[in-house]
Amino acid sequence: MSAATTLPTHARSSSRSRSALAGTGAMTRFMLRRDRVRLPVWIAGLTLFGVGTVGSFEQTYPTAADRATAADLSSLPAVTAMVGRIYSRDDYTYGVMTGHQMYVFMALLLGLMSILAFVRHTRAEEETGRAELLRSSVLGRHAQLTAAFIVVGGANAVTGLLIAAGLSGSGADGVTGEGSLLFAAGLVAAGLVFTAVAAVTSQITEYARGASGMALAVLGVTYAVRAVGDVAESGLSWVSPLFWGQVTRSFAADQRWWPLLLLVALAALLAAVAYALRVRRDVGAGLRPARLGSATASPALSSPLGLAFRLQRATLIAWSVGLLVLAVTYGSLVDSIQDMFDQISSLDDLIRDIAGATLIESWLVTVLSLTGMIASIQAVLAVLRLRSEETAGRAEPILATAVSRHRWAASHLTMAFGGSAAVMILVGLGFGIATALATDDGGWLGDMLAAAFVQLPAIWVAAGFAMAVIGLAPRLSPLAWLVPAYAIAVVYMGQILRFPEWTRALSPFGHVPELPAGDFELVPVILLLAIAAALTWVGLAGLRRRDIPVG
Amino acid sequence: MTPAIQIEQLRKSFGTVTALDGLDLTVQTGEVHGLLGPNGAGKSTTIRVLLGLLRADAGRAVVLGGDPWDDAVDLHHRLAYVPGDVELWPNLTGGEAIDLMARLRGGLDPGRRRNLVERFDLDPSKKARTYSKGNRQKVAIIAALASDVELLILDEPTAGLDPLMETVFQQFIAEAKTDGRTVLLSSHILAQVEKLCDTISIIRRGEVVQTGTLAQMRHLTRTTIEADTLRPAGTLAESAGVHNFHDENGRARFDVDSEHLDAVIRRLGELGVRSITSHPPTLEELMLRHYGDELAGAGARGAR
Ligand SMILES: Nc1ncnc2c1ncn2[C@@H]1O[C@H](COP(=O)(O)OP(=O)(O)OP(=O)(O)O)[C@@H](O)[C@H]1O
Ligand SMILES: [Mg+2]
Repeated sequence: MSAATTLPTHARSSSRSRSALAGTGAMTRFMLRRDRVRLPVWIAGLTLFGVGTVGSFEQTYPTAADRATAADLSSLPAVTAMVGRIYSRDDYTYGVMTGHQMYVFMALLLGLMSILAFVRHTRAEEETGRAELLRSSVLGRHAQLTAAFIVVGGANAVTGLLIAAGLSGSGADGVTGEGSLLFAAGLVAAGLVFTAVAAVTSQITEYARGASGMALAVLGVTYAVRAVGDVAESGLSWVSPLFWGQVTRSFAADQRWWPLLLLVALAALLAAVAYALRVRRDVGAGLRPARLGSATASPALSSPLGLAFRLQRATLIAWSVGLLVLAVTYGSLVDSIQDMFDQISSLDDLIRDIAGATLIESWLVTVLSLTGMIASIQAVLAVLRLRSEETAGRAEPILATAVSRHRWAASHLTMAFGGSAAVMILVGLGFGIATALATDDGGWLGDMLAAAFVQLPAIWVAAGFAMAVIGLAPRLSPLAWLVPAYAIAVVYMGQILRFPEWTRALSPFGHVPELPAGDFELVPVILLLAIAAALTWVGLAGLRRRDIPVG
Repeated sequence: MTPAIQIEQLRKSFGTVTALDGLDLTVQTGEVHGLLGPNGAGKSTTIRVLLGLLRADAGRAVVLGGDPWDDAVDLHHRLAYVPGDVELWPNLTGGEAIDLMARLRGGLDPGRRRNLVERFDLDPSKKARTYSKGNRQKVAIIAALASDVELLILDEPTAGLDPLMETVFQQFIAEAKTDGRTVLLSSHILAQVEKLCDTISIIRRGEVVQTGTLAQMRHLTRTTIEADTLRPAGTLAESAGVHNFHDENGRARFDVDSEHLDAVIRRLGELGVRSITSHPPTLEELMLRHYGDELAGAGARGAR
């Protein structure tokens, strides 16, 4: 009798745990099908990039003396901020060079791939209501989250394996098999951490845009914290998981595996949090219950610009705060970097020379240029909002009112052009005040404001290019990312691999007057402004002529 | 009086798909005009051209005396639009969306807005993210009806509304008509069209295949007759204009073309009528006649 009663209970509990995962396989296949182009492109791109760089190192630094120079160069604060602290400086093999200069950047890219893919398969699906449709069939409660982990985790693992295989097969000096494996494992572990970060943020907010925004903010913060900690050579770096992967010192003599445990443990912890949060909320809902709002619109919401401001307010504030924090931190570091330069005056001739400039000024040029490029991401996002409003079907009701296409476009363009101006003013003020305080020299404030402001024409070229794409080839709107992506790639890879000068000239940021090191030049600024205006004008003309929506 | 909307030989294709294939349509000022047609017939495309959202490949369209593409902004002060799939900004409330859309059109009547919100039973302080499909639809309907415009263009406006709200909607459209506003209403709800519309156009494959009042359309089609006669009515089956003749135990049942109705009734009289019922075709039957071969085509495809 008792056996007869326990048996069904047993059966039920095991079937319940199975049913929470029911349909995971089908869901996984469905996600893979949707990503059958996108993920392979990411994986191939990352592998080629990771493996190809070693070859470029061999060509750029053929002799031991060249490698010693590379080691000296990469211990400069500007490079340290970008790629991390140098190690194994006396034996700077191609392997060490790869581990040191490539790890953080590649981990960032894997994190980016993971966050975008994870949110696309989870929160974005829920937002459109497709997840509800699927879950009402045979899907268990955890099926979608688990399938997303399998797909995105799998993409990371495949990328890692390919990179490990490619590196160990490269035969470059110092690129050992074990080192390749450690390097790739560190990348995969970092990718998993950011996958799990996206899993958590996807539970917190009900908007896909918010979920990926939060996860990308975490990515940005881990990068910035590591940069500051590395430049100041403080323990602060340990706060950032990107640093954990870096301290494996994959190809150095003193390589270590244990930091990987930290990464894996953090990923597991975050994944557990995501599952716990998932159980506590409904499909489609966030963690906070939706609050009631105002029953009538405030006078601010009477124009397309009012709407655009309302839609982009949160994003703009987030970017402003992020870049302001970055500027203030770098500004306050200026004094200690100055000291460092004083000690290593032998590096004078190594830094890209700007006539008559001090080392610290050249460093500031690089940092501000990078800040401008990051700010251009905000500007491009703001312009792309036009296209996402259109595809979401929310441009149609606006354009069916007495709002012309140009006025509608102008509202989001204002957020792009005006928003980036506001961001750069804040950056200039933050940088200037922090530098002035750190060095006891008030003159920095004006210099830094000017140096931040002079980035704007280049940022606006990026925004104008985005507008041109949306107006002329709306289906190709991701091409809008070309300008910021190229600019950042040239600064990063150009510095590491010593790209020829003309690669810089293709980027609008290559023409920005090099304040505070160089002089202000009017001609390139006017040219950049003219290009930005022309691109915007072309885009608006295209938008005026085409159908809305373009499917 | 000039018509509110006049379309001549409108053509529009998307790549290889021809959405509009020489469409003609006239909507008189002050009338409620129904646009009927199967899925993908081109109703929404027609409406988007009228709103200046799509540019026609060929043909002419005039809305309120203006060109829908060139004079879009001026025209949109004088018309309001309700799309079939209403998409709202997730973090704006319904009330904010109503005010925004009405203000962008040139203002709204606060009294009318209050009345509409009350009658449609909408909670305007909820975020649009939390609205059901029907409630999103209500937001767009209220925003359109609260503005003072001459022309209402409604693309399946009540697809998500419950029957009670459907009635409220019909009352407001009737009211709009008494106020002298013109309404272009695309719909799949035949009862709604039958009740509200003065004139109907049936669209198929990007063309208007029939247009007129419901009475005119009925006149153009067949009437169904059932009759009990003293003498067998079998001879009628061969008469001109008689279709689908059945004889069920002395009770004849058949359809007659309108132009032969008179002659057939005479012959029926000669047979000695004991009882007779006749009914005009319902709109549904009218529609089935136009969609019929499409249904048959679908059936044939399904059977294969
Ligand atoms: N942007 C577009 N790109 C490509 N094809 C389109 C586009 N818009 C409409 N079509 C096609 O044009 C045809 C007409 O579509 P339309 O939306 O006008 O139909 P409809 O009568 O409104 O149908 P429904 O009753 O389903 O709303 C369809 O074949 C549709 O697939
Ligand atoms: Mg339609």
